[in-house]
Formats: sequence, structure tokens, C-alpha cells
Amino acid sequence: MLVEIQNLRVQFPTATGLSDAVRNVSLTLGQEKLGIVGESGSGKSLTARSIMRLLPGNARISADRLAFDGIDLLGADEATLRKIRGGRAGLIMQDPKYSLNPVMTAGAQIAEAWRVHRGGSRRTADKAALDLLTQVQIRDPERVARAYPHELSGGMGQRVMIAMMLAPDPELLIADEPTSALDATVQAEILRLIEDLVSRRGMGLILISHDLPLVSHFCDRVAVMYAGRIVEELAANELTRAKHPYTRGLLECLPSLTHPRPRLKVMQRDPSWLT
Amino acid sequence: MRQTLASVASVPLTLFGLILVTFLIGRAMPIDPVIAIAGDHAPPDVIARVRTELGLDKPLPVQFAIYMGQLLHGNLGNSVMTSHPVTEDIARFFPATLELATVAIIIAILVGVPLGVIAAWRQGSRFDHVVRVVSLAGQSVPVFVLGLVCLLVFYAKLGIAPGTGQIDVAYEGMVPPITGMLVLDAALEGDWDSFWNAGSHLVLPSLVLAYFSMAYITRMTRAFMIESLAGEYIVTARAKGLSATRILWRHAFGNIAVRLVTVLALAYAGLLEGAVITETVFSWPGIGLYLTGSLLNADMNAVLGATLVIGLVYLVLNLLADLAYRLLDPRVR
Repeated sequence: MLVEIQNLRVQFPTATGLSDAVRNVSLTLGQEKLGIVGESGSGKSLTARSIMRLLPGNARISADRLAFDGIDLLGADEATLRKIRGGRAGLIMQDPKYSLNPVMTAGAQIAEAWRVHRGGSRRTADKAALDLLTQVQIRDPERVARAYPHELSGGMGQRVMIAMMLAPDPELLIADEPTSALDATVQAEILRLIEDLVSRRGMGLILISHDLPLVSHFCDRVAVMYAGRIVEELAANELTRAKHPYTRGLLECLPSLTHPRPRLKVMQRDPSWLT
Repeated sequence: MRQTLASVASVPLTLFGLILVTFLIGRAMPIDPVIAIAGDHAPPDVIARVRTELGLDKPLPVQFAIYMGQLLHGNLGNSVMTSHPVTEDIARFFPATLELATVAIIIAILVGVPLGVIAAWRQGSRFDHVVRVVSLAGQSVPVFVLGLVCLLVFYAKLGIAPGTGQIDVAYEGMVPPITGMLVLDAALEGDWDSFWNAGSHLVLPSLVLAYFSMAYITRMTRAFMIESLAGEYIVTARAKGLSATRILWRHAFGNIAVRLVTVLALAYAGLLEGAVITETVFSWPGIGLYLTGSLLNADMNAVLGATLVIGLVYLVLNLLADLAYRLLDPRVR
């Protein structure tokens, strides 16, 4: 198993004591594509970032087991974690406008990711960066490598981000809403690119999104999170047979082109979902 | 490029405004420079003659036009106090200020920037709290209090620091002026006795000034760094598996370096100008001491001249910071 999570709990200190952001989450992941869906604040990003131990400084994390390829992540030292971060697991975030360093060129940022895990000279790394840019289907890699993030479009920036995270050839890719900040047409291109790279390299993928249809179309398995817990986990092609009222509610409030409804349903939340 | 030209072009305009305002304040002052020259008990005909000689009987716009005319020829008038041309005085006094402020800013940067960076990195730790208290004190304690206390402790009580002035009286006039900065001149001359003596005189005033400046630099660096460390690109850098040092200096600090240049330039300009009090406390023969002396003697030509020089320094440093900004930040290039 690439990732094993048992009873993960993430808490944040607040004025009234510790508040649970993720509760009793258990997951396993092999070389497959797992989608995590849920609304803002449901804990999907925190769950995924726990795997790389990239939580905010004030977060308290505990779990019965949190392992990457058999390595216990809670007991691991910084050096071990640094080898996993970037080296064996990559993270793609929402908006390249903020997630790329604004004062470094795209090429330098990719080359840096390459060098820190593979070593080698600056020139080798620069060459590798150009090659990676070609792999993420950028037509003019030389120009993009020299460009600063603000000179790139959103789709272009996200390709740079993907190239950077793929540089050390990781086994797991976490994509945290990788297309939410992009135009609809570019979204499809980026997702196709991720899908292509992931299956070609035989990587595991965790795709975080709040777009249910997209995730079910794209992933093998879907976990639905609500208020810090996984309320339902099912195969992507069985999404229509979801049992949990929250998942059902989400599906029912989607507009449809083929079966238009005069009025969309509004989800009725039940306090019992919280327990 | 056009913005660069615009900021260069704005310098003469700002300078003109500065001259005008200083000139008007000088003429509106309730001190009569004529009496300062002729004395309190001079007969009325002498006073009238001096007034005519100084051109003070002409209407204000005419006086200003005459002053501007002289200024364009590099003539700032004569100082009543020293009876030298003001330009000569400034050329003699300014290097001492430059020496003091430059040593102070170097110390302030070397100490202040790392302190701010580490305090931000360890935000909320004991180190951070100490840094914050120390830098708050540096900004709150008046320079003259700090200066006097330092003199009292290190010179009067402990006797490990030399007293006021730029150099001991015994060494005065030994080093021929080249740059006007004594320590530098002594080194250039190879006069090591004077070098060490002048250097030891530099320690206390430059440390007092540096502390004041360091406090500001530390606080700004810390605030910039905290903001930068909260950026998404820091999460990216961590996700790449970079070392803490590299994340801190290459990614977080790299993003504030440009803004910091502006802060440092203004801090330096502030030292060149704000040394007035420190120079008075330490009897440092710099532009600040010259300015205070001239003010107390209603020596308006000297006051105007010194103000202009300080204003010019501010403008030039500001302009340089502006240019550096455009050069260093890819987003505004």
C-alpha cells in the first residue's frame, strides 16, 4: 500500500479549546486514482496534506497509523520527510498565481526541484527542466523556462507546477483542486494531462475537488467528506447508487442539460451527520 | 522605462519645492538675521545698511529669485557664524556625518536583517519576544537619552570608550583631509595611531545610531518575512522537499529583498539626516551639529544650505531605491 491512514485526527487550538478539523479518517491508497470531494472546510485538503506532513504550524495531528509506503510519517524525522516531500510525493495546488514563487523563473523553480532530489550540476538540472516542460506539453519550453510566473497564463502556470512536482519522479501525486482557478476549457486540458502522466508513470493520485461529476469521471474511487469525516466511500462508477443523504443531496442539486428541472433541490442538512 | 524617467524627472521638481518651503520658513522666522550680525545695540543706520547689503529690504519674490540665481551657480551664500561660504562648510562637515551614518547602517543591516528573519521564522518563540522587546526599545528610547547614558557608563564610569568628538585633541589636524572621513583618511595615509584613535571615537555614536536604525530594520524585516512565510509558494517550497535554510533565504527572503531595499535606503537617509541629535550629544562635527549651530545663531544661509543637502540626500537615495526596485523585481520590470 502506498498510503495507509487509520483514525487520522487533525485539531486546531481555538479560544474555546481544541477544535477538530479532521476526525477518524481512515483511507488506503495503492496505484490508483482516489477522489476526495466535500465542501470547503470539510477537511479534504488537510487529510491529503497530512500525508506530506504539510499542515499549518499550529495544527495537532494524531493517528493510529499514518504511513507512506510503510514509512511511519508521525515518527519520521525531518530528513526522512524531506525525501518523501517532492521526492516521492508531489503536491499541486489550486492557483499557480500564488503557489509559484513570483521572483524565480519557471525554469529555475523546476530545476531546483530536480536538483534537490537528484543532485547533479546546474546545467543538467536546467536541461531536465526543459525536458519536463516538453513533457507537460509546452510548445515553447525555452521561452517558458525564462518566464516569471506573472508572465504565464493560469493553464501555463499549472503545467509548470506539474512539471516541477514530477521532476523527481514521485510515486504519489496529490492534486488539491488543480483546476478550480482555471478557465473551463483549460481545466479539461490540465486534467487530461494529469491523467496521462499518472497512468503512464504508474503513480497513485489523490484528486481533491468539490466537483462530483468531474471526480467520478476521472477517478477509480471517491471518498466523500463532511465536517471532517469520510461519510461515504465508493467506486466512482457507483456514485449514482450513493447511500449517504449528504452525497445524495449533492448529486440532487446538480443541474442537468438532458433532464432539466424547473427548480434545483436545496440540500437539507441533518445534525446527525456530524456524529 | 518611462516610469524610470518619470521618477528621475520628479527629483528637480521636489527639490524646487523643498527650496521654496525652506526659504519661506527661513524668512518667516521671528529672528532677525540683521540683529544677529549687527548686534542688539547697533544704531538704526547700521541696521538699515546691513539690511540692504543682505538684500533683505527687497520684496520676498525678488529675494527668492536672487537666491535661486545664486544657487544655480553653486553659491549658497556665506555663513554668518563661520564667515565661510556655506558650500565650503558643508564640504567640511558632511563627510563626518557620512562616515558616522555609513558605519551605523552597516552595523544595523548586518544585525537587524538576520534578527528579523529568524524572529519571523521562530514567530512566538522566546527569541522572537526578546527581539521584539529589544527593537521596540530601540525605537522608543530617545537617541539623546541612549547617547548620554552610553557616555556616562562607558566613558565617565568605566573609561573604556573615548569621549566626545571625532578624534582626541592630541591627534587633531594630524591627518590631511582627503575624503573628509577621518578613519578612511588615516588609513589612506597609513597613519595607524590616528586610525585607531578616530575609530575608537566612532564606536559609541555609531552603535547608538545603529541601534536606533536596527530597531526599525528588524521590525520591518520581521513583518515582511511573516507575510512572505504565509505565502502559498512557501507551501510549494516545502512540498518540494527543500531544506529549511533554503526555504527561508531563497524563497521567503527572496520575495522580500526588493521591498527591503527601500526600507534600508530610507533608513540610511534617515541616519544621514537624523544624526542631528546624536551629533550634538557626541559633539560630532557633522552636518547635524552644523545645522543646530546655525539655527541657534539665525544663520539662515547655513540653515538653508544644510537643509538642501539633507533633502538632496533623501531624494537621491529614494530615487536609487526606486531604480533598484525596478531592476530587482521581475513584476515591475
